Amino acid sequence: MIEIHQLVKRYGEKTAVDGLEFTVKPGVVTGFLGPNGAGKSTTMRMILGLDAPTSGSVTVNGRRYAQHAAPLQEVGALLEAKSIHPGRSAFNHLNALALTHGIGRTRVQEVIEMTGLAQVARKRAGAFSLGMGQRLGIAAALLGDPETVILDEPVNGLDPEGVLWIRNLLTGLAAQGRTVFVSSHLMSEMALTATNLIVVGRGRLLADTTIEQFIQAAGGHSVKVTTADAPRLRALLAASGVEITGVSGSEELTVTGLTARQIGAAAHKHGLPIYELTPQAVSLESAFMAMTEGAVEYHGTTTHQHAGSVAA
Amino acid sequence: MSTTLTQATATSAPTRNAAHKVTFRRVLRSEWAKTWTLRSTWITLTVGLVLLVLFGLLSAANYAPAGTGHRHGSDASDAVAVALGGTDFAQLALGVLGVLIAAGEYSTGMIRSTLAAVPTRLPMLWSKALTFGAVALVVGSVGAVVSFLGGSGFLHGDAISLGIGSSGVLRSLLGAGVYLGLVGVLGVALGTLLRSIAGGIGALVAVLMLLGLLTDLLPTRWGNDISPYLPGNAGGSVFALHQASNTLSPAGGLAVFAGWVVLALAGAAWRLKKSDA
Repeated sequence: MIEIHQLVKRYGEKTAVDGLEFTVKPGVVTGFLGPNGAGKSTTMRMILGLDAPTSGSVTVNGRRYAQHAAPLQEVGALLEAKSIHPGRSAFNHLNALALTHGIGRTRVQEVIEMTGLAQVARKRAGAFSLGMGQRLGIAAALLGDPETVILDEPVNGLDPEGVLWIRNLLTGLAAQGRTVFVSSHLMSEMALTATNLIVVGRGRLLADTTIEQFIQAAGGHSVKVTTADAPRLRALLAASGVEITGVSGSEELTVTGLTARQIGAAAHKHGLPIYELTPQAVSLESAFMAMTEGAVEYHGTTTHQHAGSVAA
Repeated sequence: MSTTLTQATATSAPTRNAAHKVTFRRVLRSEWAKTWTLRSTWITLTVGLVLLVLFGLLSAANYAPAGTGHRHGSDASDAVAVALGGTDFAQLALGVLGVLIAAGEYSTGMIRSTLAAVPTRLPMLWSKALTFGAVALVVGSVGAVVSFLGGSGFLHGDAISLGIGSSGVLRSLLGAGVYLGLVGVLGVALGTLLRSIAGGIGALVAVLMLLGLLTDLLPTRWGNDISPYLPGNAGGSVFALHQASNTLSPAGGLAVFAGWVVLALAGAAWRLKKSDA
């Protein structure tokens, strides 16, 4: 459980985190989403006490991180991937951290096996690829068997197999009742793993919601139907929990609450010709970009359109 | 917070092992392990030891009593000074290693992992200072004694020759070890204070060597008053066999030099505690 209350961090003139207020609950994966420079990493560093808040408070399991007697058992964190000395081997790096808590070598070996580093554990960490560096960071995060796991952009630099491994790891950790807090700037990645969602932009809270609600708010799962007799189809499909929109006089309808299959079957039963039947998977990325549009720190110069719908 | 949530946390969260607390002993062991798992430690310590011994042996081998003039040799006044001729070089190696051990954490990003494990921070600094100070002390003492014993072979029969049992000899040799140990701590402190390897090494050289040259620019009388208290000169008094005029006694020198080191450590502790990592 992470509780953040009126958190502010200023670096001189620049306000990196501006009055954040949210709670990360145990048992589910919470995605922490925002464009680059939104204050995600700064917030995570403040959770661990690496940076001191300008004002406000952040507690983990009811206390400031530094007040815990065994901090690595409370929170395991993967911050920027290069939080290692490149001259030390993976085993020696993990062992040095384990020694501060009296954690045994067996556990060190365990996390090495768990993260798939057994083959390279005795090699200098400086020679690691980005992906292996991420795995080492995750091994360090899991070392204390922590109740809360914080991962800053964990899929960065991982190959598809590694990405899948991270997804399973995150959902597995949450299923064990742990608090899992994962930052990303990729909405699509979060949609696959996270249940809860915290969206920030320019250091401010833009949304504290669930993935499901976010999808609904963005347009949900709808089906576009084009038919010769729109009013008749509208009447055919009408039922509780079904929402149908369309401009009167147009042949086009947008239906939520039914699958394309159900709509097609209903139309066929009544001999109604269908010209088009397209499931509209809303682009979460577009919805996310629309939400954070005003809050993007670094705009590219290429103009892009926020296309309304892209099939997933 | 709702009760259901609290219960869920209590029942399904992984079991805590209360034995795994952070203690000072454990931080000390961690820093000890960190020191020896880097190649730079072994290389730099070897360099420091070799410089200390080799320079002492060469000085002894080339020693020519003053006035004989036909050999290009040391002008040292006693066998201890001959043996400790390499201290200036060894102190650079050991001090630089102290800087590397501390500032290296910042330059590599390791500091984030370290402080996540020890979020109260200061035990990390004390542990680094203690472990590396002890290592530098042992290396320095061993180097000084080996250099002296090895050198006495060359000096045998010369007027300045001394036995290790002679009055003050062992104290001087071990004094050199203590001095080098404190230089190691100074390196750790400057590295932590400045968070930069280049800055730390620069400050170390300035404090130990350049500061002494500055007094030459002052009026002679002021210079003479200040000079013995400067870190390099006070440190030199710790291992001098004979107390020259205008220098501190070994105990006085030790107190003053230790004072400088404590000052640097206090600055390091302040920055470590106050600044974002």
